[in-house]
Amino acid sequence: MTTPPTPQQQPQAQQAPQQPQQFPPQAFAPAGAPAVAPPPPPAPAAPAPPSAWQQAMNNAYSSPIPVRKTHLGNALASEWTKIKSVRSTVWTLGIFLALVIGIGLLAAANTTSSDYNDVPFTIPAFFGLMLGQICLITLGVLVTSSEYGTGMIRTTFTASPQRHRVLLAKILVFFAVAFVVSAGSILLVGLATSAMNSGPEAGDVPWAGTVLKGGLYVSLLGVLALAVGSMLRHSAGAITAMLGVVLVPAILPAFLLIWESTRTLAEKMSDYNAINSLAMIFGADGVDSAGGTSQLVVLIVVTALAVGGAFALLEKRDV
Amino acid sequence: MITLDGLTKRYGEKVAVNDLTFAVRPGVVTGFLGPNGAGKSTTMRMILGLDNPSGGAVRIEGKHYSQLKDPLRRVGALLDAKAMHGGRSAFNHLLCLAQSNGIPRARVSEVLDTVGLTAVAKKKAKGFSLGMGQRLGIAGALLGDPEILMFDEPVNGLDPEGIHWIRNLMKSLAAEGRTVFVSSHLMSEMALTADHLVVIGQGRLLADTSMSDFIRQNSRSYVRLRSPQRERLLDVLHEAGVGAVEARDGALEVDGTPPERLGELAASRQVVLHELSPQQASLEEAFMRLTAESVEYHAHSDRPGGAVPAGEPPAWGEGWQRRKGA
Repeated sequence: MTTPPTPQQQPQAQQAPQQPQQFPPQAFAPAGAPAVAPPPPPAPAAPAPPSAWQQAMNNAYSSPIPVRKTHLGNALASEWTKIKSVRSTVWTLGIFLALVIGIGLLAAANTTSSDYNDVPFTIPAFFGLMLGQICLITLGVLVTSSEYGTGMIRTTFTASPQRHRVLLAKILVFFAVAFVVSAGSILLVGLATSAMNSGPEAGDVPWAGTVLKGGLYVSLLGVLALAVGSMLRHSAGAITAMLGVVLVPAILPAFLLIWESTRTLAEKMSDYNAINSLAMIFGADGVDSAGGTSQLVVLIVVTALAVGGAFALLEKRDV
Repeated sequence: MITLDGLTKRYGEKVAVNDLTFAVRPGVVTGFLGPNGAGKSTTMRMILGLDNPSGGAVRIEGKHYSQLKDPLRRVGALLDAKAMHGGRSAFNHLLCLAQSNGIPRARVSEVLDTVGLTAVAKKKAKGFSLGMGQRLGIAGALLGDPEILMFDEPVNGLDPEGIHWIRNLMKSLAAEGRTVFVSSHLMSEMALTADHLVVIGQGRLLADTSMSDFIRQNSRSYVRLRSPQRERLLDVLHEAGVGAVEARDGALEVDGTPPERLGELAASRQVVLHELSPQQASLEEAFMRLTAESVEYHAHSDRPGGAVPAGEPPAWGEGWQRRKGA
C-alpha cells in the first residue's frame, strides 16, 4: 500500500529524463512478461524508486508516438481491414459469384445466337443476380449489425468517436467492394456469352450500360441493407426486413390487383420491385425498354433516405 | 485528467448515475468501486462518449471525448473483454483499430508482445478464453500509448498469474505519469492496486478519498487477547480502565489500546497470555458498510450484508434454518 501523495513533495524537476523515447516495449515490459510467477521486486521501469510516480504527477506522461489528426482515410483503411478479415465476406461474395457466374454460364451455354436478337449479352447474368442480390443484402447488413451483435461497435466508437465518419467509411468500402464484384461478374458473363453466341443472328444490342446499371442496382440494395442494419442493430431482424423489401412488392401485387381501389398501387409495386427492376435494367421487357432508369432512381432515393435515417439515429443513440 | 461535473444518466424513471462530480488525476491508480449495478460501467461509457449523459458533463483534459482528434493516443479503454468480432484474428482486430487512428502497423505486434499474445496473433478471437480476451482488450487499450487508461473490471476471468500481471501493469503505467482509472467491485483488489479511491453506490458518490485515508477511517483495528486466566485478565483490564469485548470463541477484543500497553499490563499483573495479536477488520467489511444502503441487488438473507461481523461468516444454511424454525 502506497503512501498518499503529498502535494508539497519536492518537484524534482531536474530528474534525468526517464520517459521512453520511442515506445520501447520495456515501457510495459516489467509486467508484460507473462512468466512472472513469484512476486517480482518493485517494477524495474521506475528508475527513481523514491518517488517515481510523484514525479510523474508533476510531468504527466506524454507518448513518444507522434500525434496526428485522424481523418476519413484512416477510417477507410480500418473498414477495409475489417471487411476483408471476416469469413462472412468470403462466404457471401463467394456464393454471389458462384450464383451469377455459374447460373449465367449455364444459361449462356443453352442459348443460341438468335436468342440475343433483341436482348443484351448480359441477360444470363440477370438470372443469377435475382438470387445473388440476397448475398449482397446479407453482407451489407452484416457490415454494420455484426458490430452491434458482437459489441465490437463500442470498441470502434471508442477508437473513432466521430461516428458519422465510421458509417461513411463503411458505406464507401462496402459499395466499392459490392460494385466491383457485381459489375465484374456481370461483365464476365457478358463477355463469355458474346463469345459463345457470336453468330450473325445475334442482334447488336449495346450491353455496357447493363453492366454498370446492374452492378449499381444490386450494390445500392446492399447499401440500403447496410443502412437498415445500422438502424435496427440486429442481424436477423435487418436481413428479414430487407428480404421483405425485396420480396413483398414482388408478391403483394397478385392480391392487390383483386380490388379496383388498390390496382394502381399494385401496378406501381410490380413495376418497381427489385426483381422487376433488374429485369428492366437487363432489357428483358423488350427492345424499346427504358433500361430501368426510373427504377434505379427510385432505389437511389430510397437508399438515400435510409442512409439519412441511419446517420440521424447514429449520433443520438447510446451504444 | 478526467473531470466529471454533475454527471447524470437516467433510463426512464431509473437514475443510473446521479450527479457525479470528481476528478481522476494522473500519476496514480484511481480505483472506481461500487457494488454491482452501481453505475460504474455506465459512467465509463459516458466518459468515452458511448452513452450520452442526461445531465452534467465529463471532460478529458478539458475536452469532450468526441472532440478528441486522436482518441486512441489520448485514452485507452478496456470496457468489455468480448467487445470484438469473434471471427477476426487478434492481429486484425488490433490492426483495424490502429488504422482508424493512423497508428503504425508495427505497434500492433508490440502490444501483442506486451500482453503475451504473440503466439495466438493469427487465431480467431472467438476461440479465446476470457483471460485471453481480457489481454487482447488490454492490448487494444495500450495501442496508442495513451496518457489515460480506463479498465472496467480488468481482473475478471484472469488466473492468479494474470491478476498479478495486471496489477503490476497498472502500477507501472501510473508510475509513468499516466492517468489510470480502474473499476472493480472487489475492495480487496483495489486495496492492492489503487492509490486513490472513488466509491459509488446506486449512482451516487459515496467517497472520494486517498486509499490510505480510506483505510485509516474505515478499518477498525483492535487487539485480540487470549488467556487461560480469562476472569483475572478481565479484572486487570477493568482496573486499568480498558474496555474489552468477548469474542465468540472466548477470546477478548480490545479497541483503542496499543498492544504494547496490554502486554505490559498483563506482565505487571502476571497474567498468562496465550495470544496478543493486533487485528484489522477487513476493508471488504468497511466497503460493505459504506455501500450497504445502496446495494441494489440484495441476496436475501436474514442479516443485512453490512452487519455480518468480520471473520465470522454465518454457517452455511444458517439463515434458512432459522427461517424454517420461525
